[in-house]
Amino acid sequence: MDLRFTADELAFRDEVRAFFKEALPADIRAKCELGQRISKEEMLRWVRILHAKGWATPSWAPEWGGTGWDAVRQYIFKEELHMAPAPEPISFNMNMIGPTLIAFGSDAQKRHFLPRIARMDYWFCQGFSEPGAGSDLAALRTIAVRDGDDYVLEGQKLWTSTAHHADWCFVLVRTDPGAKKQQGITYLLMDMRSPGITVRPIVTIDGHHETNEMFLDKVRVPVANRVGEENKGWDYAKYLLGHERSGIARVGVSKMRVRRAKQLAARVIAGDRPLIEDERFRERVAEIEVELKALEITQMRLIAETGRRVDGKPDPKSSILKMKGSQLQQASAELLLEVAGYSALEFDPAFVSGLHSQVDGDDWAMAIAPNHFWARHVSIVGGSNEIQRNILAKTVLGL
Amino acid sequence: MNFDLSEEQLMLQDSVARLLADRCSFEQRHAHRAEAAGYSAALWSQYAELGLLGLPFAEADGGFGGGPVDTLIVMQSLGRVLALEPYLATVVLAGGVLRDAASTAQRAAHIPAIAAGELFMALAHCETRARFDLARVETTARRDGAGWVVSGTKRLVLAGDHAHRLIVSARTQGEAGDRDGISLFLVDARSRGVSCRGYRMQDHSRAADITFDAVHLPADALIGEAGAALPVIERAVDGAIAALCAEALGAMERVHELTVEYLKVRKQFGVAIGSFQALQHRAVDMLVAIEQARSMAFYATMMCDQPDAAERSRAISAAKVQIGKSARFVGQEAIQLHGGIGMTEECQAGHYFRRLTVIETLFGDTPHHLRRLARAGGLIDA
Repeated sequence: MDLRFTADELAFRDEVRAFFKEALPADIRAKCELGQRISKEEMLRWVRILHAKGWATPSWAPEWGGTGWDAVRQYIFKEELHMAPAPEPISFNMNMIGPTLIAFGSDAQKRHFLPRIARMDYWFCQGFSEPGAGSDLAALRTIAVRDGDDYVLEGQKLWTSTAHHADWCFVLVRTDPGAKKQQGITYLLMDMRSPGITVRPIVTIDGHHETNEMFLDKVRVPVANRVGEENKGWDYAKYLLGHERSGIARVGVSKMRVRRAKQLAARVIAGDRPLIEDERFRERVAEIEVELKALEITQMRLIAETGRRVDGKPDPKSSILKMKGSQLQQASAELLLEVAGYSALEFDPAFVSGLHSQVDGDDWAMAIAPNHFWARHVSIVGGSNEIQRNILAKTVLGL
Repeated sequence: MNFDLSEEQLMLQDSVARLLADRCSFEQRHAHRAEAAGYSAALWSQYAELGLLGLPFAEADGGFGGGPVDTLIVMQSLGRVLALEPYLATVVLAGGVLRDAASTAQRAAHIPAIAAGELFMALAHCETRARFDLARVETTARRDGAGWVVSGTKRLVLAGDHAHRLIVSARTQGEAGDRDGISLFLVDARSRGVSCRGYRMQDHSRAADITFDAVHLPADALIGEAGAALPVIERAVDGAIAALCAEALGAMERVHELTVEYLKVRKQFGVAIGSFQALQHRAVDMLVAIEQARSMAFYATMMCDQPDAAERSRAISAAKVQIGKSARFVGQEAIQLHGGIGMTEECQAGHYFRRLTVIETLFGDTPHHLRRLARAGGLIDA
């Protein structure tokens, strides 16, 4: 047993750190540091820098542009990315549709889509949730009827984040309304320029527009854009949700926030001394740091255990990472809120959305409260923490 | 980075588990605590036979050359069955001081006897006014010719009432609270001037308050250098905390298993109560707390023999904070999920809760270690 990184792993970390230091554009770094959202143009600019280096899709199979790094290196890379702090390339592309096509796509689909997904020539969004299908995703009702060489889609999707930027959408539709609910679902790739798609913005509690609702009115999707077999879509989506969960702890995001809170607390004056000298505040910081250290090691343990699983499936214990990781992302966002005090209260949604950076108020504090509001989503998205508890109760405890 | 146990370590884990399954059931433990010493003398001999009592000592000193991971394995197993034998007091704590700081002659006089199961030892360090502050030593040792005279009172000496030999900390110079000026001495527990009040702790393990009233010691009773013992004590205590983290982990794992088993068999409203989501989620939250504790028990194990004392101390405090929080949560939830039966003496859950509560306090409770970690700057560099 040895919890330390090897000399090779440390050298790799230095290499990644040095690359981010040199390659991450200063304007994008500044936005990330202030907690501002980045624009479509900034995301594309950054992903193309990563892509040119060969690091846009580390987790993919090497023949499709993956780096071939082991799980420890993937973890180090992710953590350094978050700590830089740099934007994480769109998860829909890199962690979801890419791996799904590698696993289940046809050769033609792989050849066409994968290079464009990796470079983000195609920005993908996810059409899974619906008004009546949240935690109970298999209850989805958007229907697809075969008409010649096309499917014709009719229905409504919800929480289609970044749909207003997207070129494509991977979408789950019902193709066999008579079958048991998990068994009549098909997985399609839908061109967002298709006639009949209406995307309406949903402004979230942080004042930002990232997510949407999407209405599908007789949208035609060629059968050639079906992933795998008809009515097998649920299996592919489940594979993808497992993929989404690994790395979900986002330890680096929380660490970066704690580090920033400590830096800011050394500047914020409370009475006649910096806040960082307040014992109660420092103990609160230490408490979060302890949980983060534990989570970091828990994550490494699960990575090691998953690597040993013969079935190659994600360990159900990865739900622990989702739960604890989201709690700590929220706790670290609250810590920043505490540091900012009054400075956090001024509301400027355009600043938060990254539309401008010139403010009269405290720019370092302006995005802190909105990020705290937004952080509530991490315990809801991708299977709420209560769903994770259901999974653990059933699979690990046998209840 | 690797979390695997070596072949020898897997064998150790297996043999300790088999011994304890055979000899330390919940009912057998009742009999052990009724013995004169408060634990099983026969089981202690078995530990010696298995080589557990010599585990952390160098082979040259009569030990088996084990490391912190071996101690983790043993303590986690002892924690699972709430073993009462003074492994922590004799082997880890007093043994840690001997291993790290004693002279060749002192090691030769004590370690083989500990390994053989013939010698019980205890570290007499804590004092009432010190609370958890290791530097605050008011017991004094003054020169007396070539020897020393020790006076003072020590509090909560683990397994102190049954120890043959004590390692006593005393101030040879400076004021209570100074980091310098503390020395360690080997004292025969039957020496004139030593009086001992032994008692049961809340978990039925034994401790003692021991008074040293002008106890005369020979020159060779001194361990290491006079006045320079605090780093030795800190290192031994850090090792003991790492061991306690492992013991707590074993206890939490077992009480969680017992709780989940109970949820599956206890019926109310015509169904197993484990079918209720409210209870399932609480059992899962216990699991999460245990996995976090496991990670920090491993971390403490890796860090407890770090030569860099500042780095070691931050890691150990962080581990004790996590273990303390998890232990309290898991212990309390185990009682709640057992319901009324959990409140009874006959139910195992309560015994785990009691031991976990003792562990929470030993060598500094959660607020103490949180403060210590915060004052040292925490874990993440700003």
